[in-house]
Amino acid sequence: MVTLERAQVLHVAKLAKLELDETEVERMGEELSKVLDHVDRIRELNLDGVPPTSHAVDLAGVMRADEPQPCLDRDVILAAAPEPVDGGFGVPSPGPGDD
Amino acid sequence: MGMTTFEPVIGLEIHVQLKTRTKMFCGCELSFGDPPNIHCCPVCLGLPGALPVVNARAVDFAVMIGLALGSDIAPRSIFHRKNYFYPDSPKAYQISQYDEPICRGGDLAGVRIHRVHLEEDAAKLIHVGESGRIHGSDRSVVDFNRCGTPLVEIVTEPDLSSPEQAHEWLILLRTTLRQLGVSDVNMDEGSLRCDANVSIRPVGSSELGTKAELKNMNSFRFLERGIRAEIERQTQLVESGGSVTQETLHFDPATDRLTSLRSKEDAHDYRYFPEPDLVPLLVTDEMRASAQAAVPELPAERMARFERELGLASGMARDLAFRRELADYYELALAQAAGKVTPVELANWIPQLVERIGSGADPAQSKVTPAALAALAALVSAKEISRDAGREVLTKLVQEGGDPAAIVEREGLGAISADDGDGNALVAIVDAAIASDPDAAAKVKEGNMKAIGPLVGYVMRETKGRADGGEVTRLIRERVGA
Amino acid sequence: MAAPAAEPAVSELIELTAAEAAAKLRAREIDAAELFEAYRARAEADDLNAFTWVADEAPDADPEAPLAGVPLAVKDLFCTEGVPSQAGSRILEGYRPPYTATVVANATGAGATLLGKTNQDEFAMGSSNENSAFGPVLNPWDRTRVPGGSSGGSAAAVAAGLTPWAFGTDTGGSIRQPAALCGIVGIKPTYGACSRWGMIAFASSLDQAGPFTRNVTDGALLLSHMVGHDPRDSTSVAMPEPIRMPTAQDLKGIRLGVPEELLGGAGEDAGIEAGVRENFEATLRLAESLGATVDTCHLPHAPHALSAYYIIAPAEASANLARYDGVRYGLRVAGDADLDTMYSRTRATGFGPEVKRRIMLGTYALSSGYYDAYYGTALKVRTKISEDFRTVFGEFDFVVTPTSPWTAFELGAKTADPLAMYLNDFCTVPMSLAGIPGISIPSGLSDGLPVGFQLAGPALSESRLIDAAYALEQAIGFDGTGAWA
Repeated sequence: MVTLERAQVLHVAKLAKLELDETEVERMGEELSKVLDHVDRIRELNLDGVPPTSHAVDLAGVMRADEPQPCLDRDVILAAAPEPVDGGFGVPSPGPGDD
Repeated sequence: MGMTTFEPVIGLEIHVQLKTRTKMFCGCELSFGDPPNIHCCPVCLGLPGALPVVNARAVDFAVMIGLALGSDIAPRSIFHRKNYFYPDSPKAYQISQYDEPICRGGDLAGVRIHRVHLEEDAAKLIHVGESGRIHGSDRSVVDFNRCGTPLVEIVTEPDLSSPEQAHEWLILLRTTLRQLGVSDVNMDEGSLRCDANVSIRPVGSSELGTKAELKNMNSFRFLERGIRAEIERQTQLVESGGSVTQETLHFDPATDRLTSLRSKEDAHDYRYFPEPDLVPLLVTDEMRASAQAAVPELPAERMARFERELGLASGMARDLAFRRELADYYELALAQAAGKVTPVELANWIPQLVERIGSGADPAQSKVTPAALAALAALVSAKEISRDAGREVLTKLVQEGGDPAAIVEREGLGAISADDGDGNALVAIVDAAIASDPDAAAKVKEGNMKAIGPLVGYVMRETKGRADGGEVTRLIRERVGA
Repeated sequence: MAAPAAEPAVSELIELTAAEAAAKLRAREIDAAELFEAYRARAEADDLNAFTWVADEAPDADPEAPLAGVPLAVKDLFCTEGVPSQAGSRILEGYRPPYTATVVANATGAGATLLGKTNQDEFAMGSSNENSAFGPVLNPWDRTRVPGGSSGGSAAAVAAGLTPWAFGTDTGGSIRQPAALCGIVGIKPTYGACSRWGMIAFASSLDQAGPFTRNVTDGALLLSHMVGHDPRDSTSVAMPEPIRMPTAQDLKGIRLGVPEELLGGAGEDAGIEAGVRENFEATLRLAESLGATVDTCHLPHAPHALSAYYIIAPAEASANLARYDGVRYGLRVAGDADLDTMYSRTRATGFGPEVKRRIMLGTYALSSGYYDAYYGTALKVRTKISEDFRTVFGEFDFVVTPTSPWTAFELGAKTADPLAMYLNDFCTVPMSLAGIPGISIPSGLSDGLPVGFQLAGPALSESRLIDAAYALEQAIGFDGTGAWA
């Protein structure tokens, strides 16, 4: 039985930048534990020596020439911005540990 | 109580912006200093639904770098997502390479290369209010022009053992990359960035101590100072009984202070996984061959060859090898010289030429052809003109071009020597010099060679510098009877 | 069941299949603006909540083009320049992209006209369309029930005759399953056949665009104008040959495989509703009568497909959805707070519970110390599943299953238990992991609700797959007009 501890839920929520209230933390712990318990069954399989598949399509070496393509008009880009400032995107400044 | 002596162990992590026309994963043009957000598209802005496509030239440049560093080029490598939230990262992940990079291993001037890989640059964060400082402002503005610029990351093994050596080695790396033509490698503009991993250990130990990572050293001077400051900090810490913790430090060049940005516990969990939007990167034999063909002889090799095969002193060899235009010009001139002047003698004329055309100029663009320089050097070597006369000729060559022999003829700069037709004239001038300063002549006769200066000066003035200095000295002593 | 009282001319227009409409438009027998307006009015009057945006007026149509002005509904997660593209999420509420998805441009380039954007489970995560920030979609067969998901809006719109055809996306079954629950045709092509440029990403290695249509012929027609190599999508492949319009009259020589691991042996309860099971068996008999051979086949790792999928998809999604951070577009909350609070509160407010669950699951599966056990292992399971299919296709032409283990369930019936919802997908997920094409065709009714039959073939076998489905479809003779509004 896989159980996700509260501390783990909080840690994952921090990595994922999701603010959860107390009820959510509890519920998330229960729900995720249940799902993880189910998906955990793949660990029963003997997969020694099996290579992983990242792509279902058998392609490699796909590249493009170093040629300029038209870019977007700045007004268009900033039209969707929550805080357009001086031609850029305004945000709260990162703190020292945010890097 | 015996004091242990500690030695520093330094590794470098260098980011190089590639000089392609467009970004790593989209067709936006690269730029520097333009108004914000005018070179952006759905891909480099991280808009919903956008997808990356690899820039083939960036791959070529990475292969060239790997070849220049003697690395193993992986025929197949993959991209990974490096996940972290920051306003300069529009997808909240950077497309980079993780455990299957494009190049592994290598060596440059005895410093081993751990790996070389491709990734994309982040956007620029401009702090409103006080520019350039991470702390203390309220709002920031993000400019995505830079976002997506192709980067090559080069990581060395911890083979550097002093701040000075790190500085010198980075200069060699920069020169190498510049001569490859893959990057502007300009620290001021950010096309070359360097972080350092620093640790200390007791002298003689082969184990590695805990390292700290230093960031924000954006000039060669600051790099050296930052590393030095960190070595001191660690040494003091250990000597007073403490131990070094693994952390990331920010160097402030204004105060030489190091501030902790984050400790190992706060270290990012980047949750690397293979980039599903990109298929594996292939380097074919053709790509490798064409990259190899584009790699010129590089500074380290050229310098070594100049020392070994041409007998140049290491300082001269380095100065020439580190500037491709000078070395190329020099070798052309040497070929034209056809044995009439030694490589060392010819090399000595290059700094003279550089002085006259300007230190940043390309001699191939000047009016002095390699053949002309070779001919000039040969004239001086054969003592047909004096060294001083040669310098005058060089100045004329820089101004007008042409043939040195013709200039010598025109200006009447042929050497006066005791052995040729003008021999008696030179002896006469020497005698006149002696007669003009009997005191000096007497001292020279007694063996005081320091007194010969005024006598030589007299002769050189009278001959307008056309006599060979060494020959004049010999004649004076002979005539004085020393 | 008779169509509701309306102008005879209007119902005739609506009765035309897309292929028929295209032909009549090209022949100038009907007018594109009239056709568009007929559908537009029905879409506006939509009481199924299938549409999130409907066009104000008919765009210009080109009667010379192959699709000549046939209207098309598009799932909201396709970027359509200047038109809201919200992926069913509050975090993109009102977002109008500055560019258009390739598959949409391909279809409109061939003459289709944009009728509207359809409702969906948020970021394509769901099997019932109950996870939309814009409210659930209702099944036109029974408005107390779900249409399936995540492309519930597109499926309901086609099934109710509000649009001749529509685009959906399929990551683990999100086209095939709603097609089954709504009694229409849905195709998930080979991974890479349709470009993903402009498709708001959920799980990059699984997402595929595909058509919802009333019949297989329309499916072939629309798909043929969606596929194509796109240099903007590095995972895009070219079809080796154009998609053929289907003509098969029988299934002679076709070998159909029934995977034992998914359906159990005879008498086994594999978790499939009795009515669905009966219908499936009846359809197999029908196939045999058309000349097909039906045998048991083996996909040994299929029972683990769902687990692998619910690791891989959330993992990729956790990274794909990280860009929704309130910086450049979409919702921003607490913009005056510190950066971390802005990020966390924006995302907490903008994402619904299912999306948050999957982001958390995916983040966990990739996190330090857990990668090998979860994500790394799941990628290996995927290798085995692909191998299983390759082996089976050495002996069989197509693998067949019921598309969904049950017919449309009631709204709210499965929302309490995420795991129960995930089980919807166990017959469709294996094909997604292997990247092979699958088609769902309506195969009858069970207690008045549609049942879907799935055929899956090897990579790039679309034409053959569609042809076999067509032959079966003709023999089944399903009439979906019963659900028309």
